Amino acid sequence: MIMIGERINGMFRDIANAIREKDPGPVQEWARKQEAMGAGYLDLNVGPAVADRVSAMRWLVEVTQEVSKLPLCLDSTDYDAIEAGLEVCKNPAMINSVPAVQEKMDRVFALAAKYDAEVIGLAMSEEGIPKDAESRVALAMELVANCDAHGISIDKLYIDPLALPANVGQAHGPEVFETLRQIKLLSDPPPKTTVGLSNISQGTKNRELLNRNFAVMAMACGLDSAICDACDEELVAAIATGRILLNLDIYCDSYVDVFKSQNQ
Amino acid sequence: MAVEINKEKYRSQVREVVLGATSADGGTRTSTIKVGGEASLPFLQFEGAIPNRPVVAMEVWDIVPEDWPANLKSALGDVISDPAAWAKKCVEEYGADMIALRFKGADPDLGDKSAEDCIAVLKSVLSAVGVPLIVYGCGKADKDNTIMGPLAESAEGENLLLGVAEQDNYKSVASAAMAYKHSIIAQSPIDINIAKQLNILISEMSTPLLDRIVIDPTIAALGYGIEYSYSIMERARFGALSGDRMLAMPMIGNVGNEVWVKKEASVSVSEQPGWGDEAERSMAWEAATAAALLQAGMDILVMRHPRAVELVKKSIDDLMQDNSY
Repeated sequence: MIMIGERINGMFRDIANAIREKDPGPVQEWARKQEAMGAGYLDLNVGPAVADRVSAMRWLVEVTQEVSKLPLCLDSTDYDAIEAGLEVCKNPAMINSVPAVQEKMDRVFALAAKYDAEVIGLAMSEEGIPKDAESRVALAMELVANCDAHGISIDKLYIDPLALPANVGQAHGPEVFETLRQIKLLSDPPPKTTVGLSNISQGTKNRELLNRNFAVMAMACGLDSAICDACDEELVAAIATGRILLNLDIYCDSYVDVFKSQNQ
Repeated sequence: MAVEINKEKYRSQVREVVLGATSADGGTRTSTIKVGGEASLPFLQFEGAIPNRPVVAMEVWDIVPEDWPANLKSALGDVISDPAAWAKKCVEEYGADMIALRFKGADPDLGDKSAEDCIAVLKSVLSAVGVPLIVYGCGKADKDNTIMGPLAESAEGENLLLGVAEQDNYKSVASAAMAYKHSIIAQSPIDINIAKQLNILISEMSTPLLDRIVIDPTIAALGYGIEYSYSIMERARFGALSGDRMLAMPMIGNVGNEVWVKKEASVSVSEQPGWGDEAERSMAWEAATAAALLQAGMDILVMRHPRAVELVKKSIDDLMQDNSY
């Protein structure tokens, strides 16, 4: 499983301040830290409080690229901000995200084709998040069809079945696992999968324990990546171990260290 | 509509390792050799580049190899009593790409030669040939730890390929390679996990050494478990091509050392009439073992018999014919 480091997000006070004061320090520090823990992508989110999201996203991309070669995951519901970020990305990036809503898919997949970007597609529609796996898979299929219609290889699409907090949406857990399994049957090559891992533990008192258990259970169902806290040592160790047990990496005694250093 | 042929796409490739150093880089070699760099499984140029051809290193000992079968010794001739002349003949007459100099005479049971004696032999071979050198100790760790450092120091800057680092004895060879600018053979006992771990241990001593490691996965002769070596090498190469940095090194195999101690290499035709003439049979055994290992991704073959070397080099020529489309 590939980690998409979640920490450069305006929801966090240090990043919000950095964006406001144009201080690259905290952004670049978190970029380095997450890369050193084995993150494969860096998520960039300007946060809710910023007035000019377009210029803030462009700035985040520029200062992050100064210290890291990792691909960037541009995280916004404002597609103008995403396009501004894509324009200045030196390497192909990832768009986070698009729901299965026609006019949004039209815009986002066109952007992805233009900038050779990967896309996170959310298994939700105007009506919100479905309750069961079947409806999630149906929405995933719409995302696959739209991706294909733009001539984008399906393995550049990451479907997020949407995990809900364990304390409020407990019944969604098994549906998410089932969705992950079924998504791999949708096409050949199949789409990839991702989740916003920290969602599962939102508002609970056992955040890290829930996160890492969900991560390894989802990996066993075919989860390819997760937007997560790449600086949680135990989570990283659990993911590295999951990769060994799934025979994705070749075992050696220092496999956790190897996983962390893989992108350096 | 044209048929689109499905080709395997790999994420990554094997590291390239340069062996030997010319005067421009602080050595005295007249040529260097580059191994590795493969971006596909062996010789599948249509799926990825094979930028460097596999090479053959011929083995030379510092003492007369008394135990070698008579038919091998006679194929090499009188030169086996003079390492410099032996090395020169291998390069000039037999076309060896490299010389693998083995200090068997340092073995406490075979003469117990000192570091100074070994250095004198190394210097004579370095001046006799211009190709890059592989340097092996006697194979007994306690003694090798006393000679490899001085040997490495005496040839500082030559970028020798120093053998061997093992999981429980890698520090002295790795330190010598670091200090005197040489490359290093990391040897593991037909065990992919140890091969990977050893590379990590070496890289923890010095990150730049990662680009100067050649993996010796330990090979077996034809008929003696070559399939185990083959599958380990294949797994390592798949790992390298799918992005495992710690297995993305070129590989070396001691073909001659394995083959020529087996009974097929020495039992006479009178003892085993069904096996055929021993001179032809033993040579073919070495060539066939080497040919199989080429298919598993071997980059450096260490061999002994001139005719086997000739056959294998011909085979490499054929395999390196571009088949990309």
